[in-house]
Amino acid sequence: MTPPVLSVRNLEVEFHTRRSVLHAINGISFDIAKGEVLGVVGESGAGKSVTGLAVIGLLDPPGRIAGGEIHLSGMRIDHLPPEEIRRIRGKRIGMIFQDPLTSLNPLYRIGDQIVETIRTHTNLTETAARKRAIDLLAEVGIPAPEKRIDAYPHEFSGGMRQRVVIALAICAEPELIIADEPTTALDVSVQAQIISLIKRLGRDHGTAVMLVTHDMGVIAETSDRVAVMYSGRIAEIGPVQDVVQNPLHPYAKGLMGAIPTLAGEDKRLVQIPGSMPRLSAIPQGCPFNPRCGFVFDRCRVERPEPVVRGRQAVACHLYDAAPNDVAKETAA
Amino acid sequence: MLAFTLRRAIQAIGVLIAVGIISFSMFRFAGDPVNQIVSIDTSAAEREAVRKSLGLDDPVVVQFARYFGNAAQFKFGVSYQFRQPVSNLLADRMPATLELAICATIFAMVFGILMGVYSALRRESALAKLFQAVSLIGISLPTFLIGILLIYLFSVTLGWLPSFGRGDVVRLGWWTTGLLTLSGLKALILPSITLGLFQLTLIMRLVRAEMLEVLRTDYIRFARARGLTTRAIHFGHALKNTLVPVITVAGLQFGSVIAFAIITETVFQWPGMGLLFVQAVQNVDIPIMAAYLLMVSLIFVTINLVVDLLYTIVDPRLRSTISRPA
Repeated sequence: MTPPVLSVRNLEVEFHTRRSVLHAINGISFDIAKGEVLGVVGESGAGKSVTGLAVIGLLDPPGRIAGGEIHLSGMRIDHLPPEEIRRIRGKRIGMIFQDPLTSLNPLYRIGDQIVETIRTHTNLTETAARKRAIDLLAEVGIPAPEKRIDAYPHEFSGGMRQRVVIALAICAEPELIIADEPTTALDVSVQAQIISLIKRLGRDHGTAVMLVTHDMGVIAETSDRVAVMYSGRIAEIGPVQDVVQNPLHPYAKGLMGAIPTLAGEDKRLVQIPGSMPRLSAIPQGCPFNPRCGFVFDRCRVERPEPVVRGRQAVACHLYDAAPNDVAKETAA
Repeated sequence: MLAFTLRRAIQAIGVLIAVGIISFSMFRFAGDPVNQIVSIDTSAAEREAVRKSLGLDDPVVVQFARYFGNAAQFKFGVSYQFRQPVSNLLADRMPATLELAICATIFAMVFGILMGVYSALRRESALAKLFQAVSLIGISLPTFLIGILLIYLFSVTLGWLPSFGRGDVVRLGWWTTGLLTLSGLKALILPSITLGLFQLTLIMRLVRAEMLEVLRTDYIRFARARGLTTRAIHFGHALKNTLVPVITVAGLQFGSVIAFAIITETVFQWPGMGLLFVQAVQNVDIPIMAAYLLMVSLIFVTINLVVDLLYTIVDPRLRSTISRPA
């Protein structure tokens, strides 16, 4: 069996501050297979982006990987020296950031930026790289790429710039694309285009995609599987239909209940009371326990480990012991 | 682009006319020019004749137009103390000042940018901290004191470099240069450092601050995510983005380098325009003072124009806003 494109095992990320050590990521594990799109959702500060940055080796000090392993197609990459991880970035892992307006260097033509990236990772000549840049721009849907290649970033709209950013991310045919909120800064109509573009590219090239977002609609449309993050842990992970239609973790239930639907217009959206704890004050036991409607004593003491339930895995004590009782209780 | 250049040029001429009015009024400010020319026992009729021959009985506007017209052709009248055309005196002195100012600016830019980039990239290193500390001294010590300290150290104590003058100069047409002789080059070192030190510290601190700012931007993070080499990121992407403000400051500072040259030239007895100006002030030699004012403002205005045009070369965003006039 071929190893998954991305395999993360018990990853821990810490931020050392003057006062204390903050645990941004607290032992998470997940895999992404070839051609698979894994959606990562959660509130701001749940550790979604930090996970992406840890995988690509771009955690800025004082952040650092404190434990666990990251494997890219079977090769361990979390402890590589800076120069070697740099060679992987952009070549084997492409990254797309949130704001296309600020992701491109304003002083260079987009063609120069693409050619520069291609030539960093391949042996192509200037001319060949330029030709490839034009092909890439065409592939991400930039009209008249042979003309637009000599334009500066400020001459593009936000959606077009995000397409250029995507072209830059895929220019060396990476195995994995990490898209960190790629549509958050865009208009709704443009969002749909960018989402379908990422989906299409993933499918055409067999690229694994890690899609970080807090938009459940985007996840439902694009992802094969989804990981729900809370306070630096994965609360629940599983196929997207299962998690959306039958969420197990109380937090995932709350999250799905908060999605507006056209059918249920007369119902008020369900809120999850309270807010996510700050990194400096994560409660003992399950981090969700102060906000959870099903909380019991064990949740306040012991940290829940992921339990497999069908195709889903959920980190909640409700599912540890007696699955039948739980099903009754949560259905109520 | 052409329209922009023309518009800026017209603004520049406006500024020069304004400075012209100020320098013209200096003549009248210092009393009746006829009295400074004739002796005490000249009769009233002869005074009138002199006044008429100099055109001083014309309306003020006509006199100003004549003065400015002459100034535009670099005719600034005759110096009271040297009895020579001011334009000749300035032409003699200008190469010295310009060479000094250019050397000081190059010194400041090269070392300022290098030290600034270094202290931004190696923020925690001992050398970067030393640069920061020394730059405070550079900013706070007055120019003349730095000059005197340098003379004391390198001329008096060590005896390596001359303490005054330009050394031997070579004449190339009307331009005299000290750059082609060893003694001329040696004489240039101390005044250039003295004059450039303030600019150097300013540029260094500016480059450091800008560079730190740019390194935090999204496009630098994205450049890292693209796997570009550290070298390409720091010197290709980050440095170019720090240059726009650096060009502004360095350009504007070149003007004040020429203005500050008065002090440095006095300390080092450097035979430039600044020294000429100081002597003119001491002797109330109005034509020289007025001409110096006009020349310095001409240089300032020219530099501003060049800086504006340089921006558009560095930053493509400005190019498109300029070609689309509002």
